[in-house]
Amino acid sequence: MLEIIKQPWTWYVAGILIGLTVPTLLLLGNKPFGISSSLRHICAACFPSNLSYFKYNWKKEIWNLFFVLGVFLGAVFATLFLKDPNAIVIAEKTKTVLAQHHVNDFTHLIPTDIFSWQSLLTLRGFIFIVIGGFLIGFGTRYAGGCTSGHAIMGLSNLQLPSLIATICFMIGGILMTWFVLPFILTL
Amino acid sequence: MTQNTNTNISDEFKSAEDTVSPHEISILKNIKFLLVGAFFGITFVKAEIISWFRIQEMFRFDSFHMYGVIGTAVIVGVISVFIIKRYKIKTISGEDIKIEPKTFNKGQIYGGLLFGFGWALTGACPGPLFAQIGSGFTVVIVTFVSAVLGTWVYGFFKDKLPH
Repeated sequence: MLEIIKQPWTWYVAGILIGLTVPTLLLLGNKPFGISSSLRHICAACFPSNLSYFKYNWKKEIWNLFFVLGVFLGAVFATLFLKDPNAIVIAEKTKTVLAQHHVNDFTHLIPTDIFSWQSLLTLRGFIFIVIGGFLIGFGTRYAGGCTSGHAIMGLSNLQLPSLIATICFMIGGILMTWFVLPFILTL
Repeated sequence: MTQNTNTNISDEFKSAEDTVSPHEISILKNIKFLLVGAFFGITFVKAEIISWFRIQEMFRFDSFHMYGVIGTAVIVGVISVFIIKRYKIKTISGEDIKIEPKTFNKGQIYGGLLFGFGWALTGACPGPLFAQIGSGFTVVIVTFVSAVLGTWVYGFFKDKLPH
């Protein structure tokens, strides 16, 4: 049994579990599934700076911070006890293109030649790690949600704005991947 | 989001259960959300959703995996929400379940595109960020701090941005 769990989980198992998060949070406490709000609550709690966007009672939303703490702890648990001993299997086409662009580490979930403390001090690493993070925070708040809040929760509730947001997430990602990444990767 | 005043902001984050004790943080009441989050985090890691490579495969159309994950999650979500509404299912504390509708504004387009850029760069949306850190990729703490900074900068410029 443990051997099966340790293997990478198939898409439908993951999809069903993630989808079930929606009714679970609603039934447990009327909470709409959404993760990027946690970044806003952190700002509201730590440095509201008198900005109207951060002036609300973040303590009422503390469940969201418990939830993301859980995500962190779950990842720690999965990595310590359920880790797949084999290297990640990556689609050949993706692998070939990335190898041409100076990505050499294909053994971890994340290419450590881009995402490491050493590469943080290179222009390439800085763009991926720092600029990328900034765009996540700025973009998700501007869009009013992320993959969980819009693509999963919003679409589950058949919300047109969420469909528009999801399509824009995909367009943004595709444009970046096809037209900008090849350049940044060779920096 | 279109809210401009504090009243609207607090409306967005309102739930009857919470108004009972708005100023204290009850660990007991919130631990269940930590557990749901933990299952979620395990799924993220085990289905390799936190992998930069899986996100690259998705945007390069080289693998079905992420489309399958998100597609299945949406189908399960749609069915769940339908059942909850159809049978007027209540929360475990007997509250009516209410889901706030989303209102359209141009932020969903501009912000959506910007987040898409960040998603392709980092290989993570906000959830997987926490899980990447938990998986031992400590440099992602910098990405996370930068995401919090991005959130703050949005809050600072919000009224000047087109919505």
